[in-house]
Amino acid sequence: MIDQVNPAPRRDNQDPALFGQTPSQTVGPFFHYGLPWKGCADLIGDSDIGARPELFPVEHYVLASPSAKGEVEGEPIVIEGVVLDADGKVVPDAMIEIWQADAAGRYVDGSCDIGFIGWGRASTGEDGVYRFLTIRPGRVDARQAPHIAVSVFGRGVIKRLATRLYFEDEAANAADPILALVPAERRETLIACKAGAVWRFDIVLQGDRETVFFDI
Amino acid sequence: MSQSFKREDASQPPSLHAPYASTVPRSPRQPLVRIPHTLTETTGPANAWSRLMGGALADLTTQHKAMPQGQRIIVSGRVLDEDGRPVPNTVVEIWQANAAGRYIHKKDQWDAPLDPNFTGAGRVITDDEGRYQFVSVRPGAYPWGNHHNAWRPAHIHLSLLGPAFATRLVTQMYFPDDPLIEIDPIANAVPLPYRQRLVSRFDIETTQPNWALGYLFDVVLRGRDGTPFEDDHHD
Repeated sequence: MIDQVNPAPRRDNQDPALFGQTPSQTVGPFFHYGLPWKGCADLIGDSDIGARPELFPVEHYVLASPSAKGEVEGEPIVIEGVVLDADGKVVPDAMIEIWQADAAGRYVDGSCDIGFIGWGRASTGEDGVYRFLTIRPGRVDARQAPHIAVSVFGRGVIKRLATRLYFEDEAANAADPILALVPAERRETLIACKAGAVWRFDIVLQGDRETVFFDI
Repeated sequence: MSQSFKREDASQPPSLHAPYASTVPRSPRQPLVRIPHTLTETTGPANAWSRLMGGALADLTTQHKAMPQGQRIIVSGRVLDEDGRPVPNTVVEIWQANAAGRYIHKKDQWDAPLDPNFTGAGRVITDDEGRYQFVSVRPGAYPWGNHHNAWRPAHIHLSLLGPAFATRLVTQMYFPDDPLIEIDPIANAVPLPYRQRLVSRFDIETTQPNWALGYLFDVVLRGRDGTPFEDDHHD
């Protein structure tokens, strides 16, 4: 009925003239109750890490933990790091996501049925630190070194920032075709270093030691 | 099998948008390093979301003992790729302020009432036709500290996990005919006319008599173009 009266041009997201990729927007400062849930940063067990439950009342914790995880083969590792801004200040409201293969180099993409899903999400704390429990990934193909894909979100981060984590003790890094695209003097920003029991991977959004981010 | 995804078009905002002050110290200054798509970028846990996250939370008005305050709304739409094809198995997560414009988050100290019956968080997975639907209440506008007299337009945050690492998208849905959109630095980081892709449409067909107003919001993820960007790296 309305169409018969006035076929005025549409100016919303269903306007055929505007059809195309939806623009990216910041997650804003208040995503903590809407996205991360307890355990979302533990890819191999059922610990509580990953969320910031102190930032909202317990009765509003609606995102339940997923079903129990299965046995996962491979070397368990902890990944942790701090997110820093241009002034070297910690970023206490960032969210990090990871996507990785299992110890045998397989992704859960529908073609294989394995217990390790390989995807995780962690919020930074007041100290700007994020943390994951996972397993060390294998090589996904003959050329690439073992790596973990990393996404960075946060207040003021309008577009998701994509980067990669590599392991410092991997000989295969030297021939990795993605690392080879990165200027040599900046490659170290993609290399996690073993520090005691954890793999340390800091993310610098801007500045002298700015992390290399990728256009994917 | 080789797959690739179209890179973003002119509709995307820049990382640095000075009128949105938080972008100034938090946006990279070095150019992004363009990389070919390997298995890492073309895969994602599309068939494992329910195993990973648990079930749907599609009705935000029934999460607590009583109905939340505010205008009940039904937000529905499709998730499509750039060729207009539906994208099934996509996790759509939302979070939003309550009807008075306040988040349940403890750091939101805006002097508007909290609603004990509204958390403002939900998630669903798109069906075979790429469809999703949430029941919620219309969020209020609220002030923020970006600049003098800064108010955010009413909006719902959406997070979409498409079929691949490359199809990850976080966006916001705005409401039609909201005068605050044109003075909002976050919305305005998106150049015109593409900003309109963030505006939902009131829809009488999905409006439920005597119950809730319907809004439609389709989300378009980057599409598979079928042509490997650089075949060397697809082993």
